[in-house]
Amino acid sequence: MLLEVRQLSKSFGALRATDRVDLDVEDGETLAIIGPNGAGKTTLIGQLAGNLRPDAGAIRFAGENITRLPAPRRARKGFARSFQITSVFPEFTALENVALAIQAHQGSSFRFWRPAMRDPALMDPARDFLRQVGLESRAHAFAANLSHGEHRQLEVAMALAGRPRLLLLDEPMAGMGIDESLRMIELLRTLKRRQAMILVEHDMDAVFRLADRIAVLVYGRVIATGSPEEIRTNAEVKKAYLGEDA
Amino acid sequence: MRNAVFWAIAIAALAALPPVAQALGQGFYIDLVRRIMIFAIAAVSLNLILGYGGMVSFGHAAYLGVGGYAVAIFAFYGVNSGPLQWAVAIGASALVALAIGAVSIRTSGLYFIMITLAFTQMLYYLGISIEEYGGDDGIRLKSRSQFPLLDLNDGVQFYYVILVLLLGCVYLVHRIVNSRFGMALRAAKSNEARALAIGFSPYRYRLTAFVIAGAMGGLSGALLVNHTNFLTPDYMHWTRSGEIMFMVILGGMGTSVGPVLGSFALLLLEDILANWRDPRWIGEHWQVILGPLLVLAVIFFRRGLAGLFQKNDAS
Amino acid sequence: MTLALVFEQLLNGVQLGVMLFLLAAGLTLVLGIMNMVNLAHGALYMVGAYFAITVSQWSGSYLLGAAAALVGTLVVGMLVEVIALRTLYQRDHLDQVLATFGLILFFNELMAILFGRFALFASLPSYLQGHIELFAGIRYPLYRAVVIIVGLLTAIILWYVVTRTRLGMLIRAGASNRTMVAALGINIRLLYTVVFGFGAALAGLAGLMAGQIYTVQPGMGELILIQVFVVIVIGGIGSIRGALVGALIVGVVDTLGRAFLKPMLGAILPPIAADTAAPALASMLIYLLMALVLALKPAGLFPARG
Repeated sequence: MLLEVRQLSKSFGALRATDRVDLDVEDGETLAIIGPNGAGKTTLIGQLAGNLRPDAGAIRFAGENITRLPAPRRARKGFARSFQITSVFPEFTALENVALAIQAHQGSSFRFWRPAMRDPALMDPARDFLRQVGLESRAHAFAANLSHGEHRQLEVAMALAGRPRLLLLDEPMAGMGIDESLRMIELLRTLKRRQAMILVEHDMDAVFRLADRIAVLVYGRVIATGSPEEIRTNAEVKKAYLGEDA
Repeated sequence: MRNAVFWAIAIAALAALPPVAQALGQGFYIDLVRRIMIFAIAAVSLNLILGYGGMVSFGHAAYLGVGGYAVAIFAFYGVNSGPLQWAVAIGASALVALAIGAVSIRTSGLYFIMITLAFTQMLYYLGISIEEYGGDDGIRLKSRSQFPLLDLNDGVQFYYVILVLLLGCVYLVHRIVNSRFGMALRAAKSNEARALAIGFSPYRYRLTAFVIAGAMGGLSGALLVNHTNFLTPDYMHWTRSGEIMFMVILGGMGTSVGPVLGSFALLLLEDILANWRDPRWIGEHWQVILGPLLVLAVIFFRRGLAGLFQKNDAS
Repeated sequence: MTLALVFEQLLNGVQLGVMLFLLAAGLTLVLGIMNMVNLAHGALYMVGAYFAITVSQWSGSYLLGAAAALVGTLVVGMLVEVIALRTLYQRDHLDQVLATFGLILFFNELMAILFGRFALFASLPSYLQGHIELFAGIRYPLYRAVVIIVGLLTAIILWYVVTRTRLGMLIRAGASNRTMVAALGINIRLLYTVVFGFGAALAGLAGLMAGQIYTVQPGMGELILIQVFVVIVIGGIGSIRGALVGALIVGVVDTLGRAFLKPMLGAILPPIAADTAAPALASMLIYLLMALVLALKPAGLFPARG
């Protein structure tokens, strides 16, 4: 079991944002987390990624307790994430963005003399990752000048650059048109085999095409977990999404 | 390529200045440019942490003070060996930067600005209260630092020493900001959340940069006290930090030419204003003009002079 | 080190604390609500002192001078806000720091042009001179006692306004979530100008009272400004309660330190060492205190923002 989340809880005052959540993700598995707005997905991601401290519960990654580990340490242990609102390094080119992710993963950043962006140990893999996500033609464009869809592709490239064992994708489809969505789904499908993924998404098309298992989050609680078929036919889930008379 | 042209012209002009000035009988320009270059070194060091690192440190003048006092105190006790004095100046500034940075860099934003301000002021008060070394009257440099083969008492030789050191510092910072270390530092400035997410821990890079900048500031201080032959705690006052910051901003943050351009621009402007004859009050109260000019510069001229040359922040 | 001496210094510490509070309150509000670092706050304090001295000397009335200082700084403050500072709210702290630094240069030099660089000395009206008798035969300068009382009264009024009035509610809301307040349709611009003017008047009050105790000269604002920053860092940005607590702590620690550190060190160290170490240590005391507070509570004692 790659990731084990047990009884994770977090409250903001009287609001139970995360309520005794249990999750499991196996190596190579894609788990999708879905739920109506306000379900607490952002808070859950924050705790998984290391930006928020849970009030209670535990997170184990590859057998190690990472509950209190800060975000950069989790990243270095093989836990990569992309952001819901695009977050890249705008003043750097796409190639440099990926190179930075590779550099962070390689860990040897206390080098003061040789120019980093001419180092083949960074540049070659960076080009490779850009090629994998389909951005090689935009390698030298500044990240600030990329289109929205290209930003998302860049984020995936940066996440992959860390050679993660687990990829946490926060609404990768957000803001994408139909063509871009299809391309992203294709990209994610090719990535599925290589590492485990947690996909937090609203786009049901993507979810049902990519997920091996789905967990449904409502008001901070996981009300159902199962295969896509099981979730599709689950009465509780229908009620949560569509109201009482579904 | 524009950068290369700029540097070629700058180096040529600065190297040619002393003989030209002497030929024209305008020797004081050598003094003036010497002083400007010393502050340019301070600006280059601040640019590392401010322009590239995004750390608004209002306490940078403190390191000039530490470096200057190190040299002056050694001279006070009759130890005039330049290599020893300057090594201690640089080392002491680095240590002070390490101490202040270790505490301050854990904070950010408003707190960081105010804390660096406060710690600088603390050093200023320390300087004032030590009567032994002049207190707030300051300390005279008994003799300039002595180096084998060089005579710093020769104004022109000293000028070239400073020029070489300035170019060396510029080049050093250039290599640093393009190295892996520099990229990590710049990434943390560009988007801290992203940097954390890919696995960078900004604190270590920022602290290291802070120490390097402090050390270079100490070198600038050692040069300054040799230039003026005199040092007061005033040199550590936070308003001096503000001036250095202005040089960095005016010139263009996060560029290699910026700090040099900015220090020349600001100090030449100050010099022109201070010597204004007609009307006389401008010469005596030039800060009343400089103040609003600076405000306007911040409001309208954000990218700095280097922004006139370049469209992006590529170093 | 008699009890009388300690008590007197304690009161002096409270008096300094009260002055720091007046300055800190205005500054912390501007920091908390408008998210703006205003280095020129000390300049407003200076303007207040100058208004007070010149008007009272010209008119012969201390009270007229005081009134002029309050009104004068309020007006100057609001003018500065409207002319120079409005554009800075959107900018980052670095820009604000630099622009307000430029304002400091301007104001200091303006005072030098108008009044010269040398210190001005104010005289007290007869009804404020002399000492009052406290308990056990301890006497304390009347003026300083008045300063303490005025300061504490202001603190109470401020507390009332902030916790019991609608304006105060807006201020507190703005300090903890600025965007929300704007989104609720409150005229943010007016609120900002009012808050800024308020803070300026408080600085003017501190300035007019300061003239009798500290010297009035260009640059006087910056001397006290750093201490005000220390107060705010210790107390927590945006919090008036923090400003009061922080100011009293800083005022008392600084005053007692300067008064008693030398004799205290003299008891355990050889005299020469005590003589050199004491003044240095005394002036560093509040900064060490700040570092200590930050190590334990990085957002200050009473941070306004959650």
